[in-house]
Amino acid sequence: MLSICLYLHAHQPFRLKNFSVFDIGNDSPYFDDEKNKEYLTRIVRKSYLPTNKILLDLIKNTNGKFKVSFSITGVLLEQLEKDFPEVIKSFQDLIDTGCVEILSETYYHSLAYLYSKEEFRKQINLHKKKIKELFDYTPEVFRNTELMFNNEMAKFISKMGYKGILAEGADHILGWRSPNFLYQPKGSKIGLLVKNYRLSDDIAFRFSTPSWKGYPLTADKYASWINNAHGNGEIVNLFMDYETFGEHQWKETGIFEFLKVFPYEILKNPENDFKTPSEIISSSEPAGELDYPHIVTWADTERDLSAWLGNKIQQSAIKEIYSLEKEIIAIKDKKLTEDWRKLQISDHFYYMCTKWFADGDVHKYFNPYENPYDAFITCMNIINDLKLRIETKKIKISPGFADTKPIIV
Amino acid sequence: MNLNHQLKILMFGWEFPPHNSGGLGVACKGLANAIVKQGATISFVLPKKMNCDNSPFKFIFPDNNSDGLEIKNIDSLLSAYVTSESYQKLLKNNKENGIYGYDLFNEVRRYGQEARKIALKEKFDIIHAHDWLSIPAGIEAKKVSNKPLIVQVHATEFDRTGGNNVNQQVYEIEKQGLSMADKIITVSKFTKKKVVRHYHINPEKIEVVYNAIKQEPFISPKRNFQSLKKGNKKIVLFLGRITLQKGPDYFLRTAKKVLERNSDVFFIVAGSGDMKFQMIEESASLGIADKVLFTDFLRGEDLISAYQSADLFVMPSVSEPFGLTPLESLLQKTPVLISKQSGVSEILSHSLKADFWDIDEMANKILSVLKYPALCQCLSENGNKEVKEISWQDSAIKCLKIYNQVLA
Repeated sequence: MLSICLYLHAHQPFRLKNFSVFDIGNDSPYFDDEKNKEYLTRIVRKSYLPTNKILLDLIKNTNGKFKVSFSITGVLLEQLEKDFPEVIKSFQDLIDTGCVEILSETYYHSLAYLYSKEEFRKQINLHKKKIKELFDYTPEVFRNTELMFNNEMAKFISKMGYKGILAEGADHILGWRSPNFLYQPKGSKIGLLVKNYRLSDDIAFRFSTPSWKGYPLTADKYASWINNAHGNGEIVNLFMDYETFGEHQWKETGIFEFLKVFPYEILKNPENDFKTPSEIISSSEPAGELDYPHIVTWADTERDLSAWLGNKIQQSAIKEIYSLEKEIIAIKDKKLTEDWRKLQISDHFYYMCTKWFADGDVHKYFNPYENPYDAFITCMNIINDLKLRIETKKIKISPGFADTKPIIV
Repeated sequence: MNLNHQLKILMFGWEFPPHNSGGLGVACKGLANAIVKQGATISFVLPKKMNCDNSPFKFIFPDNNSDGLEIKNIDSLLSAYVTSESYQKLLKNNKENGIYGYDLFNEVRRYGQEARKIALKEKFDIIHAHDWLSIPAGIEAKKVSNKPLIVQVHATEFDRTGGNNVNQQVYEIEKQGLSMADKIITVSKFTKKKVVRHYHINPEKIEVVYNAIKQEPFISPKRNFQSLKKGNKKIVLFLGRITLQKGPDYFLRTAKKVLERNSDVFFIVAGSGDMKFQMIEESASLGIADKVLFTDFLRGEDLISAYQSADLFVMPSVSEPFGLTPLESLLQKTPVLISKQSGVSEILSHSLKADFWDIDEMANKILSVLKYPALCQCLSENGNKEVKEISWQDSAIKCLKIYNQVLA
C-alpha cells in the first residue's frame, strides 16, 4: 500500500502599519487593518473559497477516500472570523466529513521556540484553544512555523502529548534514505513525517514554469511519478502552502483543474490511498531514526532560517521583542500582550530579509515594504512605542517603578 | 577580432577631471575610458579657456594609460554648470582675449562653429554629445559629416532648475538636439521619463545607460572629522552643489526635525553653489546654526574623509538624473539615504529612500540609522557590496551596443 498525505498550511499575517518615529507615544495603531483586509479579501476569493469547495467535492465524490490535512494559524483564523465567517464555515464543513485532520502549531506563526520555550508552549495552547472553540477539534500532530524542526524540539513536543510531528525531508538529513517512510526523530518516540520536497514542489513551485521539463504537469503524469514510489516507500508526504491553490499558482495556470483530477488518478491504482498524518502514525511502523541536530526548515534552497534571522537587523529586532517578555507577562494586560504577540509573527522578520535576488520572487510575495530596511525601521518604532506603553503600565501598577528611568526614543 | 576596433567616436563634453566641478566630468571620463578599453577610439572635445594661446584648439594626451582616448580642447569660456550670469562674470575677467562670445548663447554657438572645423578634419563613425552645451557642437558635426548623432542626457533644464524658471533658450537647444539625435541615451529611467514628458520624444528612441563608479583602493586620510565625533556624536553629511536641484533646504529642515529628537548630531553641508549663503542664513533662522557645519567643495583625501567620518550620507535632491555621490559614499562604507526623485535609486537596493519633500520620513530614517547599529551596519555592508559590483565596463558595453545598432 502507498499512502498519500496531502497537507496544506494556511497563514496570513497582521502586517504592520507604516509607523514613523513621530508616531511613537501617540496611540497610533500598529497594524494596517485596511491593507490586511484587502490582501485577505483577495486570497479568500482567489484561493480559500474555491479550494475548499473543490476539496469538499473530492471527499464527497470519492466517498471519503480522498483525505487532506490543514494547519491554519491563529492569526489567520482571527482575521477570517472577523471578516470572512463563510471561510470558517467552509473549513467546518470539511472537518465534519471526518476526512480532514487539523494540525497544531503556534497561534502567532512565530519563531518563539528559538527564543522562549515558555512563550512557545503558551502559543501552542492558545492555538489549541482556538481550534477547539471554532471547530470543536483537538489536534494530535504538530508542525512548527516554516516546518522548522530539530531533535530537541521533537522531545519538547512529545512531552506536550503530541503523537506526531512534521519536518522537511532535507537531503543532508536523509542521506541515502527515502522521505517515503514514517520515521522517529533521534531521542524521542514521536512519529515523524518528512516532506517529499521534489513531488511537493512540483506542484507548489514548478507547476506553471514553462522552462521546467515536467511542464505542463498533468494529473496522470503526476500520478505516475507518485506510483514510482511503490516498492521503495509506504507514504508520500505532499506538504505545501495552502495558497498554492489559486494564489501562488493562479487559476489561469490550470491548478484547480489539476486539483480536481489528480486524486482520481492516484486512486485509479488500488494500491494507493490517502491518509492523514495521525492515520499514518497509527498504521505504520517507523522505518528508522532520523537525526536533526540543527534546525531545518522547508524554506528556500538553504532549508534554514536565514530568510528570517540571517542578518543583523532581523536578529536585533527579534531579540528586542523577546527581551520584553517578562515585563509584558507581569503586567497582565490583554491588549498589550496581544500586540506584543502579533509582533512575533515571523513575516515581520521575513520582510527584513536582505539575501534577495536568488529567492527574491517568493520573498516579495505580499510584502508591504519597498525594502527590508523600511520593514526594520517600522518594526523598531513600534517596539519603542510598546516599550513606552510598558513603562506607563508599570508606573500605574506600582508607584515604586516611577523611579525607573523612562525609555527615551 | 573585436568589432569595436574599427569604431571611432567623436565625443563632445563639458569638463574632464581633474578640472571638474561636479559629477558630469567624472561620468564622462569613466564612460570614455571604459569605451576605449573595449577597443574603440575616442576624440574627446572639451571647451577650455586657454590664455596666451591663439590656436583655436590643442592636442593633449593626459595620461598614457588611456591609449585610444585623445583629448582636444577648444578655447572657450564654457564650463560645466555655467549660467548666463556666471558667464557674464567670466567674460568680464577675460576681456583681453576678444574671441569669446558676447553672451552665453553666442559662445555656445561659437563653440559649435569651432566643433565644425574639428569635425571636418577628423575621421570618425559616430558622434556622441553630452548634455546641452555640447549639443550645438554635435549638431554641427552631424551636418558636416552626415554621421549619426547620439545625445546623452545627464541632466535636463528641468532638473537644473527644479522645473521653475526654465531657460527657454536652453530648452530650445535641448529640444533641437533630442529631435535631431539618431539615438538618445539617458542616465536613468527617471530621466528618460522627463525627456519623454517635457521634450515629447518617442520613448523607443531612448536607451538607459546607468553611470558607474571607478573602484579605488580604500585609504585612510590623515585629516578627518573624527574630533567632531567625541562623546558619541554623530555626523550626517550633505555633499554636492548647493543649488535648488540638490535640495539643501530640505536637508536643513530635516536636520531641524532630527535635532529636536537627538541633539548629538552634526550636519555637514559640503560644497559650494548659488544657495550657499541663503542656506547659512536658513540654518541660523532655524536655530540650528551650531549643529550645521559648512565646508567648501571637497576634493581628494578631504572628500574621502568626509564620507568616512559620516554616519549617514543624505542626498535629498529635488530632481537627480543619476547621482554619483551615493555611490562614492557607499564605496567608503557609509550608508545612504537618497531621494526617490533620483536615477541612482533605480540601481541601489541597499539604501534608504524617501521623497525629497517628505522631511518627516527623512528624519524618521536618519534617526533610525543613528539609533540602531544593526541597521547602519547592514546598510553599510550590503551597500558597499552592491556598489562594488557596478562597473563602467557594463555601461561601455551597453553604449557600444547602441552605437552598433545605430550604425547597422
